[in-house]
Amino acid sequence: MTDGSGSEPQGGEQSPGAEPPGDGSVRAVFDDMFGRIERSDVLIVATAMVAVYTLFTIFVLLRLGITTGTPNAIASAWRELTFLFAAYAMLALALNLHWGYTGLFNIGVAGFMAVGVYTMALLSTPADAISGQGLGLPLPIGVIGGMIAAALVGLVAAVPALRVRADYFAIVTLGLSEIIRLTLNSRTLSEWTLERFGFATGGGSGIDLPDRPTDALFDTAVGEALIELFVVEIGGEEVTLVAASVLRRFTWAVVMLAITVGFYWLLRRIGFSPFGRVLKSIREDELVAQSLGKDTRIFKIKVFMLGCALMGLAGILWQGSQGFVSPDSFRPIVTFYVFVAVIIGGSGSNTGSVIGALFFVSLLFLAPRRVGGIVDARLDLLDAPGTFAGAVDPLITVFNAEPMLAYAIDNISALQFILLGVVLILIVQYRPDGVMGHRTETAAAADLDRPNRGESDE
Amino acid sequence: MSESQGSPTAAAERDTATADTAESDGSRAEAVETPLRVENLRKTFGGIVAVDDASFVVESGSLTGLIGPNGAGKSTTFNCITGAHKPDSGVVEFKGEAITGLRPDQIATRGLVRTFQIARSLEEMTVLENLMLAPKGQIGETLWRSVLPGARGQVIKQEEELRERVWETLEFFEIDHLAQQQAGTLSGGQRKLLEMARALMTDPDMLLLDEPLAGVNPTLERKLLARIHDLQAEGYTFLLVEHDMDVIMEHCERVIVMHQGSVLAEGDPSVIRHDERVIEAYLGEDV
Repeated sequence: MTDGSGSEPQGGEQSPGAEPPGDGSVRAVFDDMFGRIERSDVLIVATAMVAVYTLFTIFVLLRLGITTGTPNAIASAWRELTFLFAAYAMLALALNLHWGYTGLFNIGVAGFMAVGVYTMALLSTPADAISGQGLGLPLPIGVIGGMIAAALVGLVAAVPALRVRADYFAIVTLGLSEIIRLTLNSRTLSEWTLERFGFATGGGSGIDLPDRPTDALFDTAVGEALIELFVVEIGGEEVTLVAASVLRRFTWAVVMLAITVGFYWLLRRIGFSPFGRVLKSIREDELVAQSLGKDTRIFKIKVFMLGCALMGLAGILWQGSQGFVSPDSFRPIVTFYVFVAVIIGGSGSNTGSVIGALFFVSLLFLAPRRVGGIVDARLDLLDAPGTFAGAVDPLITVFNAEPMLAYAIDNISALQFILLGVVLILIVQYRPDGVMGHRTETAAAADLDRPNRGESDE
Repeated sequence: MSESQGSPTAAAERDTATADTAESDGSRAEAVETPLRVENLRKTFGGIVAVDDASFVVESGSLTGLIGPNGAGKSTTFNCITGAHKPDSGVVEFKGEAITGLRPDQIATRGLVRTFQIARSLEEMTVLENLMLAPKGQIGETLWRSVLPGARGQVIKQEEELRERVWETLEFFEIDHLAQQQAGTLSGGQRKLLEMARALMTDPDMLLLDEPLAGVNPTLERKLLARIHDLQAEGYTFLLVEHDMDVIMEHCERVIVMHQGSVLAEGDPSVIRHDERVIEAYLGEDV
């Protein structure tokens, strides 16, 4: 049914006989294929993921060639990719709810993550931790507590800040985010205890965190079997293809990916509902929404609190899953990265946020370092010159580009920012609606097509 | 006050005339004869007095015009009535209830809905979304209902019911062919139609139209005026700010003239047309 209606307009566009029939049908097949991909968001994301994971496999192969260590390196690369993709996708989805849907310019994402992670830590870290101290409560209480705390900090920020104009709101959120980070850094709070309860942030040296819940799996028979699965015999020797430590962390990344799907489901549901419709109208013109009888303050506060809770949860799953966290993980640059992901994907689209996070993490965040590593390992370059002048001098005097290349590879993480800036400018200039182009996602729970027009459809 | 004293009796006669058409349809706002009453409204911006002791009433089921030269305070009065501005003093009563200083959404919820001088369509939303947004009492506007699987069924059901009304309204304004388009792609006149359609979807008792004909071509203007008369026949009350004297004189049965922030004259168009103070105010500005 869909194929028929999809190819119909194409038939109308092509003037009959203008092209050889064989060529036309090939084109029709292609159009149909890509048309169908466009129709299905799941396919877009899956296709992009396959492409990116293949790319990272190629990166590993280019660097190592095929050895017994290659599978482990590939697994490790995939683990890193999955982990960061899930983390940024969750944050991008939450930010998209604030900024893409409601137009709330929240540049304090990192701060709300920090509130989530630290509240979880203070509730669930054991009191005898080496750095920082918590109450040692069960982890679910810590996670829920972290989300509630992030939502409440969001409420505290929202009530006064939502009265001011959008740009001032942005400044308030950025300020709040830095206040949170600097507070966590303070020495006064680093060893603060309440009566006999441990309750300390650890200050600049950070706080220990509870173990990942999935790690317990590897103490059971299931985990043992999983580890055994990757130990094979090659020529009478036992070879571990994927190390147990990588498997442990990979399992967690997969759990994060599953929770990302949950985020997507939730936010898509909100987007396609009357609630989401009011959010969009607030973004477009708040006075119109008010003049139609919508109490926009309530909507803004609700949505801000929900988004902050999700940011807190994303923070817990990401920064809170590495055994240790310090305030340095919550610098404003993290917020900036999340914005880049949303802008690449196109603000206002949930699928776009996921795609944006995937492209940002893979192509902009991880790929430059991987490529740098390959060049470094394969080309056997000179030692990099210490200064930019030292790199430029041989280039213009004796036309030797090697010091320059070595210098660039050595400073790849700094060059990444230039790449980011260029990509941002290009996107804003040429694809302001994001890489996926303009998308109409009608905010309604039901199909809004004209009812009772069945006969004119076929 | 003294000016508004005389008008209710004069308008009462006309009221009975329009009531005939309204009653057959099962009229709205029937309980209150003067749904909107503005008393001694005053609004200043810094040292400038924009509205100075304005008082007037709008009768039920009427199409009342509010005119005046530029800077007469029409739009500020509108903004004070609908809650976009807070008046410095004075009282605004709607259906016998004081609404002075309430928030725009509270006023709209009570059934007093406005449109804007420069059409404010929600540009990145489709025409359908624009109209679906407006109705009151949407259960899906509660966050948990829009998300939880059990409650979602009711939301979908209500959406499907609203969809019927939305398409009827679109057809009434003859913009149903634009339904799936983004509001930002509409022409100025189409946006005016969209705005009125959207306001109507809130199921209001009274509509305040701020220059609904500005920038609208003559064909569309006739269409819009015809729609307004149709709706009036159904029992809606209109207050209409308009720059075009001829339109007001031809279509409104009552006219309020504002000048320098206060009400200069109020009454029948044929009387207003020959009122010397009005002529002077307009000539003083135009020549």
